[in-house]
Amino acid sequence: MVLRHIPIREAILGAAILVLLGVVSTRYSGFIAPANLANVFNDTAPLIILALGQMVVILTRCIDLSVAANLALTGMVVAMLNVAMPGLPIPVILAIAILLGAVMGAINGLLVWKLAIPPIVVTLGTMTIFRGIIFLISEGKWINAHEMSAAFTGFSRAAFLGLPVLSWIAIVTVIVFGMMMSRTALGRSIFAVGGNPHAAVYTGINVGKTQFLAFVLSGALAGLTGYLWVARYAVAYVDIARGFELEVVAACVIGGISIAGGIGSVGGAVLGALFLGVVKNALPVVNISPFWQLAISGSAILIAVAFNARAGRSQGRVILKSAEGSV
Amino acid sequence: MSDTTMTARYVPNRLNNRAHRVLRSWEALLLVVAVGVFVLNSFASPYFLNVWNLSDATYNFTEKGMIAFAMALLIISGEIDLSVASIIALASTAMGLAAQYGAGTPELVMIGLTVGLLCGAFNAFFVTVLGLPSIVVTIGTMSLFRGISYIVLGDGAYGGYPDSFAWFGQGYIYWVFTAEIAIFAVIAVIYGVVLHKTNFGRAVYAIGNNPTGALFSGIRVQRVKFILFLLTGLMSGVAAICLTSRLGSTRPSIAAGMELSVVTMVVLGGINILGGSGSIPGVVIAAFVMGLVTFGLGLLNVPGIVMSIFIGLLLIGVIALPRLWLMIAAKKRSA
Repeated sequence: MVLRHIPIREAILGAAILVLLGVVSTRYSGFIAPANLANVFNDTAPLIILALGQMVVILTRCIDLSVAANLALTGMVVAMLNVAMPGLPIPVILAIAILLGAVMGAINGLLVWKLAIPPIVVTLGTMTIFRGIIFLISEGKWINAHEMSAAFTGFSRAAFLGLPVLSWIAIVTVIVFGMMMSRTALGRSIFAVGGNPHAAVYTGINVGKTQFLAFVLSGALAGLTGYLWVARYAVAYVDIARGFELEVVAACVIGGISIAGGIGSVGGAVLGALFLGVVKNALPVVNISPFWQLAISGSAILIAVAFNARAGRSQGRVILKSAEGSV
Repeated sequence: MSDTTMTARYVPNRLNNRAHRVLRSWEALLLVVAVGVFVLNSFASPYFLNVWNLSDATYNFTEKGMIAFAMALLIISGEIDLSVASIIALASTAMGLAAQYGAGTPELVMIGLTVGLLCGAFNAFFVTVLGLPSIVVTIGTMSLFRGISYIVLGDGAYGGYPDSFAWFGQGYIYWVFTAEIAIFAVIAVIYGVVLHKTNFGRAVYAIGNNPTGALFSGIRVQRVKFILFLLTGLMSGVAAICLTSRLGSTRPSIAAGMELSVVTMVVLGGINILGGSGSIPGVVIAAFVMGLVTFGLGLLNVPGIVMSIFIGLLLIGVIALPRLWLMIAAKKRSA
């Protein structure tokens, strides 16, 4: 009875991260110093924010492959705005980034909602279109640190209560999404649409509209991350975050979010992202070449899916047993 | 298929029903697009209508096309393989490694095909034996296979392939017909026959339309899917041989992002991404459309990344426009 109330996937994933940290600390004890862990968290913050948006989309049985391209395009636009108008206040830049990202998400969402085009096709298309637009507006040029204003690049690195703003934004996003998924009608309808779209229709939920809203959320977060990313690394170019969309999906999958929709949690997505972040940061520390990173995250995905599928199956068996026992 | 009245009665969704009828003439629509692009190209650039140029243009799609046929069957059956480009990287790395030890062309070909098959079997094991969703499994193996290439090669590259190996990517069969286009054509015919004329092909459609129904009608669903994953692995091996031979070197980043071009080609070819419908001739025409678009834009000095805008618009446009048109027509009728 007690065991049933512990989210087993999150617990195991959390334990895996702790074991990983423990193993790394035997090679280099400085890795688990609070300051270094804060660095690892800050490094992983963009992945956490994007994974939350992707989680919402995957929960509604869709997938958003355009997040990295959306991030890169928004990042380029705000960087160019900053070059053109260095005096633009940061809140305005933030609003523009979120709005622009949300508009791109809305394009995905509308194509999925109104024209019923499969999400993987839509986002595959918009991914290539967004990347191409970055080249068109930037003419392939880089925007470097010396062209950006100090306020623009300083915002995401500014320390507040010992943590950079970037980390705080990730924490706030996690809290907001935690509240949204568990306490609001939108959160409930997102789970309902993914769990059983036909049943959702009969309870008065508009499936297409919910999927549209999920894409808008994912896009808005991608736009927000676009600004933070460009500000943090103080450079904007066409290929920013190329291939990152799959890392975001990977974080969700490792976090136990079912690609078939309806199953997953905010905690899972965050832990999945943290797992990848710890692996990425730990490799150089324990003297493994970073070339191993891809192979390790690939294996982690396979193990996580295999484990999740198994966990789901054994759960079914347990229910059956207790039913037999009661008869 | 003649009983359209039956369909109309049993499928109340008018939009789907009509869209289906348009989709049946998808190949015709694509052919018009292909001819249109060809004509546009010949007006846009004086260098286009030249047999040697046109022959070179085929390099834009042949390798992707070879994989696209196997991917088409896989997508029709309701699965997907996103690891194809990484299989190319791994097969190419294995061939490069063997070439360093003085392997000849026959050995290299054998190694390329074997690695492709093994990778396909690895995917197939996870999907059919463990019953995991293919999109996730192949996102995982996509990182895994390419990761192994990076572990082996790091920053480096392999060269030094035997001279005779160059035939696959640079040789000619007859006058302007490259070896690649010949291999592409042979594979197209084989897949066309397998999908449209054999029981195996019928099983693929049946699985895509209704896996449970297929199982109960005696089709060994898991075995068919296993074979389909082996085929995408094998085709990736073939593409790896051609690509490695054409480039003359192997880097771990070889064929990066190609999986998405392949899926684009398949979807553009009229294969339903949700499974159950599509044809091989559609994929062949889609391959030519994508090749002609990239080649024509290249002659006009449009940078590669901007071409991707056109490919993306083409992908969404060809699917969205017929549906949009039908929606407007349906609205007019009801008004």
